[in-house]
Amino acid sequence: MAAPVSAARPPAGGSTRSWAPMVPRWTVYVAGLIPAAWALGLGLNDALGAEPIKELEHLLGLWALRFLLAALAVTPLRQLTGVNLLRYRRALGLLAFYYAALHLAVYLLLDQGLDAGAIAADVLKRPYITVGFASFLVLLPLAATSTNGMIRRLGGRAWARLHRFVYLAAALAALHFVLVVKSWPAEPLIYAAACAALLASRAYPAAAAARRGPRT
Amino acid sequence: MHMTGRDPRREDRVASSEITPAAAVLDRRSLIAGAAAAAMLPAAAWADVLRAAASRFSTDEKQTSRQDATSYNNFYEFGTDKGDPATYAGALVTKPWTVRVDGLVDKPADYALDDLIKPFALEERIYRHRCVEGWSMVIPWLGFPLAEVIRRAEPSSAAKFVAFQTLMRPEQMRGQRGFLPVLDWPYVEGLRVDEAMHPLTILAVGMYGETLPNQNGAPLRLVVPWKYGFKGIKSIVRISLVDKEPPTSWNRQAPSEYGFYSNVNPAVDHPRWSQATERRIGDGGLFAKRRPTLPFNGYGEQVAGLYAGMDLKTYF
Repeated sequence: MAAPVSAARPPAGGSTRSWAPMVPRWTVYVAGLIPAAWALGLGLNDALGAEPIKELEHLLGLWALRFLLAALAVTPLRQLTGVNLLRYRRALGLLAFYYAALHLAVYLLLDQGLDAGAIAADVLKRPYITVGFASFLVLLPLAATSTNGMIRRLGGRAWARLHRFVYLAAALAALHFVLVVKSWPAEPLIYAAACAALLASRAYPAAAAARRGPRT
Repeated sequence: MHMTGRDPRREDRVASSEITPAAAVLDRRSLIAGAAAAAMLPAAAWADVLRAAASRFSTDEKQTSRQDATSYNNFYEFGTDKGDPATYAGALVTKPWTVRVDGLVDKPADYALDDLIKPFALEERIYRHRCVEGWSMVIPWLGFPLAEVIRRAEPSSAAKFVAFQTLMRPEQMRGQRGFLPVLDWPYVEGLRVDEAMHPLTILAVGMYGETLPNQNGAPLRLVVPWKYGFKGIKSIVRISLVDKEPPTSWNRQAPSEYGFYSNVNPAVDHPRWSQATERRIGDGGLFAKRRPTLPFNGYGEQVAGLYAGMDLKTYF
């Protein structure tokens, strides 16, 4: 069986060996959920500004995108600097999924008040909603197969192939952000550029490796 | 009915006999002379207290808090974040201020702001304000009908439209000096002459009993309550009577999304989001419900006739 791209695998060298194991993985989950708790606390205390629902929705979506990009940054970071955070990648990816789920829940429950007609119309007619919803649907099977048990059952190669769909999810999420705003403000474009760079880094090292031939 | 509902407390508070010519109260020196009157109303350090008559066009709906109305703004000249105008508009110097009224008029002129508004009595107009983004407020504006300014300029019969222009001053308006401009500066807007002459259309110089804060379009802005908020051009320096439909900033930026008319219309969605409902700012935190959006923002009785026979899906 091919070696699974597993967070359970020990770090393959790199400068993090000395300190990374000292930070337990659960701390990433706890720290990663602080922004959600913070935003919800502000919301319940009426401290999210003039449009609290929209602000909560926006913050949760923004953190989903940030964690998704952070998960995608793990590999290029290792290639560029040797810093290996692979053992935290699953946590980053799952945090992205949790935030995407919370973002969707706020949209469905608080923003649209579970108005099925309005939601269906939004998903079908509004490209930014369609794109955002599609991004979530792509993340769903990835989150469902994030356990070690699922990696074993699928086999590493099939699992890795499935999880390449994270590139699609990230591209859709970045596009979702660009489409939701009026005009072309900088922030969504910066995220889109970061996403594009992270996706391009996948294509470039593969090409470079092919030119170089096998590593010695 | 909303529009003719009078608030008796308001009538009591500001009797018409107390109306001060607008220009006099816009001058800070006169405020000192009128200290007794000023002491009755809380005034922020930068704002001057204005007095105005009540209007039959005011709604009696609950007003948006001054805090929300002055901190949640779209004024891209100061940045695209809702908080940017309140943070950065303080850099704008509004005294002195000159407004040019020109074009197809017999009496074009450059007015100092005080001279422009001196002849007119201020009215308080409590209007619903509907943003194209799907939120709304209720704001007590202080101003006077735009029609009076236009009449004073004596437009020729060839004038069919009114073009407006915002100040262009990148050194004080940080949004105008961006690397990637979000809009083509200066901001421009327009109305058909009959829309401009409609009694609901006002030029505002104040809100909440005081002069306009910079982030809300000081010192002079347009308010057209049956249109989306972006039609209400801020910090106006030029009003021109013209014979052809003038360019408007958001229409130039995305013609398929923002039409020249931009009347509030729940039946015509923005291409990227629904306009059927709106969220009223301050309506109650995380669990507030959306409200249905009304045709012409609830001012249909007064203005629907302006568009008789027009297909509002085509002329959105």
